[in-house]
Amino acid sequence: MDTKKIATRDAFGEEIIAQGLANPNIYVIDADIGKSCKTTNFMKQLPEQHLNVGIAEQSAVAVAAGLATTGKIPFVVTYAVFGSLRACEVMRQEACYPNLNVKIACSHGGVTPANDGASHQAIEDMGVYRTIPNMTVIMPADYYSAKKLVAEVANTYGPTYIRFTRDAIPVIYDEDTEFEIGKAKMIQDGKDVAIIANGDTVRLAIEAAKVLADEGISTRVLDMHTIKPLDEEAVTAAVNDIGKIITVEDHNILNGLGSAVCEVTAELGKGIVKRVGIQDQFGESAPYERLLAKNGITVEDIVNHAKSMQ
Amino acid sequence: MKNTDVSELKKIANELRQSVIKMVYQAQSGHPGGSLSAAEIVTALYFREMNIDPQNPKWEDRDRFVLSKGHACPIQYAALAKRGYFDESELSTLRKEGSILQGHPDMKKTPGIDISTGSLGLGFPSATGMAIAAKRDGKDYRVFVVLGDGECQEGIVWEGAQVANKYQLDNLVIFVDNNNLQIDGTCDEVMPNIDLGKKFAAFGFEVYEINGNDMEQVVDVLDRIAEKRDSGKPKCIFADTVKGQGVSYMENQCDWHGKAPNTELYEQAMRELGGTL
Repeated sequence: MDTKKIATRDAFGEEIIAQGLANPNIYVIDADIGKSCKTTNFMKQLPEQHLNVGIAEQSAVAVAAGLATTGKIPFVVTYAVFGSLRACEVMRQEACYPNLNVKIACSHGGVTPANDGASHQAIEDMGVYRTIPNMTVIMPADYYSAKKLVAEVANTYGPTYIRFTRDAIPVIYDEDTEFEIGKAKMIQDGKDVAIIANGDTVRLAIEAAKVLADEGISTRVLDMHTIKPLDEEAVTAAVNDIGKIITVEDHNILNGLGSAVCEVTAELGKGIVKRVGIQDQFGESAPYERLLAKNGITVEDIVNHAKSMQ
Repeated sequence: MKNTDVSELKKIANELRQSVIKMVYQAQSGHPGGSLSAAEIVTALYFREMNIDPQNPKWEDRDRFVLSKGHACPIQYAALAKRGYFDESELSTLRKEGSILQGHPDMKKTPGIDISTGSLGLGFPSATGMAIAAKRDGKDYRVFVVLGDGECQEGIVWEGAQVANKYQLDNLVIFVDNNNLQIDGTCDEVMPNIDLGKKFAAFGFEVYEINGNDMEQVVDVLDRIAEKRDSGKPKCIFADTVKGQGVSYMENQCDWHGKAPNTELYEQAMRELGGTL
């Protein structure tokens, strides 16, 4: 694994310019925090495709819906907690219900805005959007996959929520790896346990798999960047091939990746799942790694779960 | 349609009122009060002012109409049917399973609906997005919006007003259907709107105050606004109206916000409107 670290919000800021240059219908709608969400260069290079509606996330989504009725592909850009919860009903009524091509692209996913405290840590966002018909919900695991998935989102019709990290996270993939919305990426195959992770926790899954390998436990690692539509085939294969699954996410264990995986396994009537994620509790101002540790989201925890499943 | 005269428009408004009453009676559900208060506004837009093509509802250069107070859709459905967007026989299917006429406007199901509405407050800021697109694309279509006065209690209305001001949306025309009634009582009782016209003026709109149930005034204000097409400012027509206008027992009664008449009252309403049963 490459050891360099880049925040996925930077990947968004770069890729959205490439998309905007390629397609004049791509718009960015900022809600005052473009600097932080990395859209400043888009604004400078493509001012005719840029709007800033101020600190008003609800109207940002409504404006996007209006633009989308005319064929634009607007990306509403803000922090995850506001782009999901504050803007949720507008997204539901004006974009999801009429199935308009509105995208919400958010920095500060999960507990990555660590020292900002609980008000800025989005732990419910993916779950909220997963519940609304027509939505696609994505969190990329690193810089390169973020760029590829932003391109996919820009070129795939439908209302979509995609969230990024505030902080730098390790680069996992090489530049040429391809990603498809709704298709899990198998990082390595194994036969004793499957770890299904997304976003900034994929790196933990990879590290845990290395530790487990040293202890003779063979691990399949899946990057489930899209939690809706979920790659049910990949989950079903993990159940049938291995039967022991650990889900890992920087999100509440309720209604995120873990829940989505459990819905598949429950209907299959087989397989056991351990959900690693935010333990249905609010965070606080603290270092990012400490916030993860307080919720049992560590390499050590994942390794212990894997061992206890054997 | 620009030459449709006022007497003809008045006649059409009355016909649309009859359609509203009939549709809500047949559905035994729906919102007559706020549909009737907006009849002159909707008639003047669909039968005189707007540049639209019922044979090509998605025509990209068409004027847009956004019913932000989406519950008043019976009046819009009546107008769309009469303009030929769909067969008038569809009106009897309002709110029924499988109908193209949903309880609130649905752009996917009904030809001529430019965006789905129903959740109060959301149509207007969405309309600003359409108006921005026109400016960015160099198109000269306009976007017309009908807001309820009660609806203006929603905070997002003022977010939309900020956007209209910042982006100088002189191609945006909003009507405030100021009937001073909402579900739980008068607006003054439930949540005073203070002076809505002044609020919109403070948000950078050119504000025109009219009697919104007087067809001469509606037509006149639209003519005046058309002349100020490039003023750089969004337009607000602050239209005093009577909720339930045209049906005596519905007028100024908030109970008729969302209620269907029984057979006796239906027949009375149709008699008052000069319609046939």
